[in-house]
Amino acid sequence: MNTRRDFLKSSAVAGGGLLIAIQLPGCAPAPAPAPKAAALGNPTAPVQPSAWLRIGTDGGITFLVDKSEMGQGVYTSLTTLVAEELDVPANSIHFEAAPPGDVYVNGLLGGQITGGSTAVREGWDKIRKTGAEVRARLVQAAAEHWKVDAAQLRTENGAVVKSDGTRLTYGQLATAAGALPAPANVTPKAVSAFTQVGKPTKRFDTPLKVNGTAPYGIDQRFPNMLFGALAQSPVLGGSVKSFDDSRAKGMPGVQNILQTSTGVVVLADSWWQARKARDVLDIQWDAGPNATLSNASISAGLADALAKHGADAKVARNDGDADAALAKSKKKVEAVYELPLLAHATLEPQNCTAVPEGDAMHIYAPTQVQQAAQGAVAKAAGVPLEKAFVHTTYLGGGFGRRLEVDFIPAAVEAAKAVNRPVKVLWTREDDTTHDYYRPPYRHRCSAALTPDGKLAAWKFEICGPSVTSRWAPAAVEKQIDPFVLEAAQNYPYDAENVHVSFLQHEIGINVGYMRSVSHATNCFAAESFMDELAYAAGKDPYEFRHAMLEKQADPRWRQVLEHAAARAGWGKAPAGRFQGIALMQGYDTYLALVAEISLENGKVRVHKITSAVDLGQMVNPSIVDAQIRGGILFGLSTALWGDITIDKGVVQQKTFDTYRLVRMNEAPQIDVEIIASTEKPGGIGEPSVALVAPAICNAIYAATKSRIRSLPIAKHGFA
Amino acid sequence: MITLNINGKAVDVDAAADTPLLWVLRDTLGLQGTKFGCGAGLCGACTVHLAGSPVRSCQTPVGAVGDNAITTVEGLSADSSHPVQRAWLEIDVPQCGYCQSGQIMSAAALIANNKAPTDADIDDAMKGNLCRCGTYDRIRTAIKRAADLAGGAK
Repeated sequence: MNTRRDFLKSSAVAGGGLLIAIQLPGCAPAPAPAPKAAALGNPTAPVQPSAWLRIGTDGGITFLVDKSEMGQGVYTSLTTLVAEELDVPANSIHFEAAPPGDVYVNGLLGGQITGGSTAVREGWDKIRKTGAEVRARLVQAAAEHWKVDAAQLRTENGAVVKSDGTRLTYGQLATAAGALPAPANVTPKAVSAFTQVGKPTKRFDTPLKVNGTAPYGIDQRFPNMLFGALAQSPVLGGSVKSFDDSRAKGMPGVQNILQTSTGVVVLADSWWQARKARDVLDIQWDAGPNATLSNASISAGLADALAKHGADAKVARNDGDADAALAKSKKKVEAVYELPLLAHATLEPQNCTAVPEGDAMHIYAPTQVQQAAQGAVAKAAGVPLEKAFVHTTYLGGGFGRRLEVDFIPAAVEAAKAVNRPVKVLWTREDDTTHDYYRPPYRHRCSAALTPDGKLAAWKFEICGPSVTSRWAPAAVEKQIDPFVLEAAQNYPYDAENVHVSFLQHEIGINVGYMRSVSHATNCFAAESFMDELAYAAGKDPYEFRHAMLEKQADPRWRQVLEHAAARAGWGKAPAGRFQGIALMQGYDTYLALVAEISLENGKVRVHKITSAVDLGQMVNPSIVDAQIRGGILFGLSTALWGDITIDKGVVQQKTFDTYRLVRMNEAPQIDVEIIASTEKPGGIGEPSVALVAPAICNAIYAATKSRIRSLPIAKHGFA
Repeated sequence: MITLNINGKAVDVDAAADTPLLWVLRDTLGLQGTKFGCGAGLCGACTVHLAGSPVRSCQTPVGAVGDNAITTVEGLSADSSHPVQRAWLEIDVPQCGYCQSGQIMSAAALIANNKAPTDADIDDAMKGNLCRCGTYDRIRTAIKRAADLAGGAK
């Protein structure tokens, strides 16, 4: 069995360089098992040793990055981590996307997955240990060559150095080091010895992104390649009954028209020709089970489930007896919150390029899940996994959309049928109307206040779909889907009686993980409801939260709350401006956020967003700052306008006129304070998204005494 | 056959006159720095210069271009030395980067005609370019820096 990995290994060894194969120490227990190929109906890949680093005899170092670069900066941050241990400048290391392989499984997620804001959290120990082990082998090789004790040697700038200053470069040592056994008990550098990690270095991919040469999925080209445009069922979940391609067939450039497992694809000499021909296909669709689905029926279904089957909810947390406390309370507050469906709207529409090569099939695609993609290729091409190759391109946005592999089969099936390279590219409209949408949720919130305005009970009932039950069903056999409980189960405020539950209610269409996942939905409901309680208790929303954190053992909650309030000038807004606040911990990161708004002719204008963030140690503060700001704008788009609606099974929003995203002239001033911390690293790609909607809605309440309990804000006339 | 003037060179292309310039650039000529985002003139990812002005190439039929000079991100400079590219590198603007060719082309057109753009000028020139990652803060900073660089600042 000659796999690509074997090829890499033998070619590196033939070249006389060093290929470091590292077996990871036992992975941490996986809270959420993999969407391994198995979860998608395919067998998993055999376990094989795999490579993280190659060192050529010329000293050139290549690092295989196990996470996809989708804007969050992993090609820079993870390369910096390994460079720190190797004592080479990070920008001297070549990096490339790792192939599918069990060695690259994300220890926090249990599959080869870029998601969950895990890249640095998971890589912090793993990648540094990888670098440290390689460094130890290079030092040992030098020690043996010089016949000295390895402890007398140091490393700097890609070389091992003796006390008299004599040097051997890593290139000179690579072959000898490659013959050494893997060292035992290697410890990565002490944090105090870092010279690169923690500094705001520039991203290594920026040069390619300012001259147009960064290769995204859409940019893949191969000799003899055909361009494909795909017609998918307008009704979600529908399928092709029959089609008439007589008009399309004769159009310029059209080469083939094929039915695939996901629709009808037109292959042509250019994508524009393919797309024009696709648009005149006459396809009879079987609408399937969603022919009468609407957002009204979805919303009613959730309400009905919670009303009739609330008792079937699975309890995620139960401190004290919330029901008893609520029953005897003289000051009870209740509210229902609702969240809409959302589309990911990556700016690069979904696409996949498939290249048949003998009995193998290669794809070049923007994916967040290399192994699941490999499984999809194998299935669509009818080849064994070891003949299915996945080459990860740059991703023009990910946000969870590319955790799905639905854009792969059409390209693979078409390439196999015509035995030529095929690039299938979706239109924007295809993309908006065929997403795996962020699921809708309904929250029933109840709380009891004591006569002196403290929390006696908090009951938080979540009702909606579970993405994980489709994506990795084995993960939720014995536990509640952890990705519906974020920012809910870890309710931080002082209440003796806390009850958090989840009632699963599926809605008939595929839903998916979206940036910040259930942090965004739960934080909206919980932090809006906390605001309601503050007013019910007659307290200032900041003071109320702060007072209710008195018994909280973890001081980081209070710290971010205090910093955000101080930095935003809480309570000191200029005349006509109003503030709202929200607090959250997610992805091991603590954040508080203050929105400052005004209302102009009844419409909200967000002037300023201030956020204080404690994410522990960082690899690159400049990338961290960018992620926090980007997350805030992502949250702002969804708070103001994000709403996917469905009529008779068809998504009504097609492109950016009706699925609005924040533009430059609509972006508020953003002020971010990153609190210095020596805690373990937290995730930063996602958490800031979640606090924006509750903070703005709380500010709208401060301004108008109108409580917004369902998103988007536009639905209530304020945007 | 249509003759186009792209990045300072005359190029003959075989394409129907109603083909959007975007697809001639990308598929026919392999100039793939210009991106497809929506095909409806709503996102700006496909922005190029036509006779010096920023246009959405997805909304520009190739037959309507005539002999007007077209500049794409590949033609902005050979070595990323255009003031906008230098500023983008210095401020480290991109995240996923997919929208950035379009952003850069809109910004380059702005500073070509405006030596000291205000925030309002920047909003006006850039509001047609969506960035899903939310790099607007750095874009704003970089445009001001680019204007300074274009004016001879070090």
